[in-house]
Amino acid sequence: MNQQGGTTAIDGAMALIAILLIVQMWLLTATLEGFLGGHDEGNFPAALISGIIFAACAGLFVFIRRIDATVRTTR
Amino acid sequence: MKRLEDEFAIETATEQYVTRRQFAKFLVLTSLGMFVGNLWILVKSWFRRPIAYPEQVVAGVGEIGVGEVKLFAYPEPADACIMIRTAPDQVVAYSQKCTHLSCAVYFEKKADRLECPCHEGYFSVADGSVMQGPPPRALPRIILRREGDQVIATGVRL
Repeated sequence: MNQQGGTTAIDGAMALIAILLIVQMWLLTATLEGFLGGHDEGNFPAALISGIIFAACAGLFVFIRRIDATVRTTR
Repeated sequence: MKRLEDEFAIETATEQYVTRRQFAKFLVLTSLGMFVGNLWILVKSWFRRPIAYPEQVVAGVGEIGVGEVKLFAYPEPADACIMIRTAPDQVVAYSQKCTHLSCAVYFEKKADRLECPCHEGYFSVADGSVMQGPPPRALPRIILRREGDQVIATGVRL
C-alpha cells in the first residue's frame, strides 16, 4: 500500500471511531438517565453494546497501527 | 559557545504536534472510559437496595382546600416536595425539584399543571409526567396514605 492509500485508510478508520464514540456517548447518557430514574432493565444490554463498541474501536486502532507499520516499511 | 536552539532542538510546534496514532489512542481510551462508565452503572444497579422511607405526617385532611398546595420536606429536610389537593377526597404529592436542572416547580392552578419557571418544563398534576419542555423524566411521586384525618407520606416512587 502506498502512503496516500494508507493515509486514506487511517483517516477512514478514525472517522469510524469518532462515529462509534458519539453513539457510545449517547448510550452512556441514556443509561445514566434511566438509572437515575429507577429504570434498571436497560443497563445490561447497554453495557454489552458499549463493550462491543469499545472492542470495535480497539480493533480499528489495531488496524490503524498495522496500516501505519505497513506503509512505513514499504516507503 | 552553544546556542539555546542547539541545546533544545525541539521546536514548540513540533513538540505539540499530535500524530494520527496518538489521537486514535486517545479516542480508544475515551471509548474505554465510557465502557467502564456503563459497567459501573450496571454494577451499581445490581447492588442497589430499596430505600427504607420513613413515615411522616404531611398535613391534616382539611388543612388545604381544593386547588391549594402545601410545601413540605420528605424524606430528608433538604428534599422539598409539593402536595396538591386536586379534589375534595384526593391529594397528590411530588418532589419539587424539576428533573431537568432541579429548579423548584410550582402549581399553576389555571392550567392545572406543575410548571418549572427556569425552562418552561410542564408536568401533569395527575401523575407527574412531562407534558412539555426539557425535563427528561417525570417528577418523583410521593406515596401518600390517609389515616384518619391525617395524610402520611410513606415513600417515593421514582
